[in-house]
Amino acid sequence: MNVLGIFLTISVYFIFNKLYQTKRKFYLNPVMLSITSIIILLYFANIEYQVYMESGRILSFLLGPAVVSLAVPLYKKRKVVIDYSTQISSGVILGGLIAILSAFFTAYLLGGSEALLLSISPKSVTTPIAIGISEQIGGITSLTAILVIITGIMGNSIGVPFLNLFGVQDKVARGLAMGVTSHGLGTAKIIQENELSGAVSGLGMALNGVFTSFLLYPLIQILMSL
Amino acid sequence: MYKGLTIIFGFYFMGEVTAEIANLPIPGNVLGMIFLVLALGGGLINLKDVEKEAEFFIDNMSIMFIPPGVGVMLYFGLLRDEFLPIIGALGLSFVITLGVTGKIVEVLR
Repeated sequence: MNVLGIFLTISVYFIFNKLYQTKRKFYLNPVMLSITSIIILLYFANIEYQVYMESGRILSFLLGPAVVSLAVPLYKKRKVVIDYSTQISSGVILGGLIAILSAFFTAYLLGGSEALLLSISPKSVTTPIAIGISEQIGGITSLTAILVIITGIMGNSIGVPFLNLFGVQDKVARGLAMGVTSHGLGTAKIIQENELSGAVSGLGMALNGVFTSFLLYPLIQILMSL
Repeated sequence: MYKGLTIIFGFYFMGEVTAEIANLPIPGNVLGMIFLVLALGGGLINLKDVEKEAEFFIDNMSIMFIPPGVGVMLYFGLLRDEFLPIIGALGLSFVITLGVTGKIVEVLR
């Protein structure tokens, strides 16, 4: 059963990616459809997640070198990135702050528990950073991980249509919005559209991760005392 | 090919070791990315030596998120308990953050 996870992931992704390539509709997002159908398959076949992950983890391990690789488009587009440094830093600071505050207050107003408020605050940063922050501020780390992934799936599937809806056309703006909002999953999507957008998205993800990890602990102390 | 992979995994390893030793809240892969940009910029690493391998990883990044995504199945109970605040907060925050970040870059241009 060892090879099940990797075989299932590759074959299901192969089918949905093919479907997406021919139809090009955002609601046919291959990542979202693959996750949903694998969950359904495992559920009905009564297979535990741990069994699926025995070889599934090989694929997720490759996220490490993939993030390191984002250095290459960033270096290739360094001139534009330096040219846009004011806009990029403003976008990270404002976007990073709004991601936290809007999630915190919406969850609060809709009656979320204290554990949820703490766990949802770092949801826009890349998973390993978010888990570290969640632990530091007293959230539930596994819940944070899931919220981060759902946020990423949203970016991967509906990020581009929303950017179009808002009329955001600038390549740097599109990339930064995706990276700051939806970390690696947003970056994986936008880099298929444009290399510059992808480079800025990877940078936005890294900067927002660093920014949020320094900001959130003191900010949460203030928010929770309100 | 092995040269490129050595560079990528080498910088990944350097990032992890640095995060561990310095006890930083930043993950090793993000540090590795920062180090690699600096090394490319400083001329320590040649773009040609790593470009093809890096593009392979980046082009195939989407599928790597599927196994952790399937992990959502472990937490259906948790998600159901606070379904409304979770969906409301994630959805609204996503739309606002995406729009504001994109717009601010364009406005400042």
